Amino acid sequence: MPKLKIPKSSPSIDMTPMVDLAFLLVTFFMLAASFRASEPVTVNTPSSISDKFIPENVIMVTIDQEGRVFFNLSGAEARREMLTSMMGKYKMSLSEEQIEKFTFMSTFGCTMQELPSYIDTGADDRITFQTKGIQVDSTKTNELYDWISYAGVAALNSAKTAFEEAKLKGENPVADDFKPKFILRVDSKTKYQKAEDVINVFRELNLNNLNFITSSELAPIN
Amino acid sequence: MAEIAEGGGGGHGKGKKRAKKSSTRVDMTPMVDLAFLLLTFFVLTSTFSKPKMLPLAYPAKVEETEKQKGPKMNNGITFLLSEDRIFYYQGEYYNKDHRDKDGSVTELKEVDFGTGEKSVRKLLGKLNNYVLVKKQGLDEKLKRKELNDSTYLKKLDALRVKREALKVLIKTDEEALCKNFIDLVDELKIAEIGVIAPVDITPGELQLMKEKLKK
Repeated sequence: MPKLKIPKSSPSIDMTPMVDLAFLLVTFFMLAASFRASEPVTVNTPSSISDKFIPENVIMVTIDQEGRVFFNLSGAEARREMLTSMMGKYKMSLSEEQIEKFTFMSTFGCTMQELPSYIDTGADDRITFQTKGIQVDSTKTNELYDWISYAGVAALNSAKTAFEEAKLKGENPVADDFKPKFILRVDSKTKYQKAEDVINVFRELNLNNLNFITSSELAPIN
Repeated sequence: MAEIAEGGGGGHGKGKKRAKKSSTRVDMTPMVDLAFLLLTFFVLTSTFSKPKMLPLAYPAKVEETEKQKGPKMNNGITFLLSEDRIFYYQGEYYNKDHRDKDGSVTELKEVDFGTGEKSVRKLLGKLNNYVLVKKQGLDEKLKRKELNDSTYLKKLDALRVKREALKVLIKTDEEALCKNFIDLVDELKIAEIGVIAPVDITPGELQLMKEKLKK
């Protein structure tokens, strides 16, 4: 009787499929992940069942826990336009480099006086920048009022450009989709009265349709 | 572990010297390690739930000169917020100088954000029953394709602001937190309330709430 041969199995397993899968997943996550620009404040938004996505053209006011106010406008062109108007109004001059830097900044929060040094601070150091945020009060001429009104003009202009471009491309754009949205980002622990101060500025400008940023939660099943 | 580089083991005992057979296999362990490290990093850091937005229309600003007397509401409810507590009263506000027809004054009742008997959701479900029932009818029709999406939305909007629908005022004191405010607005949206107006609190109401808070 011939001797039974036991096949010598190699102790190593073929890992190619696993490695393939691992790299596939890595690629997917790398492409899917969107890195947020570093923000000068951390805000834990409340949650709601709303399922409306945030559009591209936004004017966003952030209010942190202590009630400091921060501002953000989307679009580099619009930001430049807004800053130029603000510089004119407050008779300030910034170097071309500073303007360039401001254009690519995300959320910012400082008084007009602090603005040059705020821009010169590195993105990572802005978190610790000592500021009371954008100045808001009940008078009709506070700085937030000016920021919002100039941002509104700039955002509307860029909305018009985007609308025309879409039209030229032969798409069938709806004008409402391009209109800037006014968004409030508040922390769960922010006092509502602080938010109300900002809301009143918006209302002063006749901007009554506001949106609150919320993280999504499941709607109750009825 | 991954591949263990082979070769080198055999061909020692024989006298003849052979050219060393080098393995064609590469040790992939470090690469795999790195791949999984990256995978773990991206899985943990990427956030998929994009933030959403909750629209809320504020009443237009009125000039101080035409001080309004508070809207007359036959089917309204007023919510008062302070810190993490929430009170309400129905209908108009009555005090000692301005009593209801039967001589009673406004009393605040407290509710919570749970799902129990004393929750905002239960309360609104009861009070806005008219709209919620009609909405169910519309939903059915939409399901059976008797309505298209745009007519459905139009009808729903019209329904929400009907005379029978509940209207809501929200008033806050200086201690109220945004979380509470948004939670309340959220509950109102769940209950299909069309008219939501955040307005200033009156001194009388503030006093009433302070008394309630002391207890």
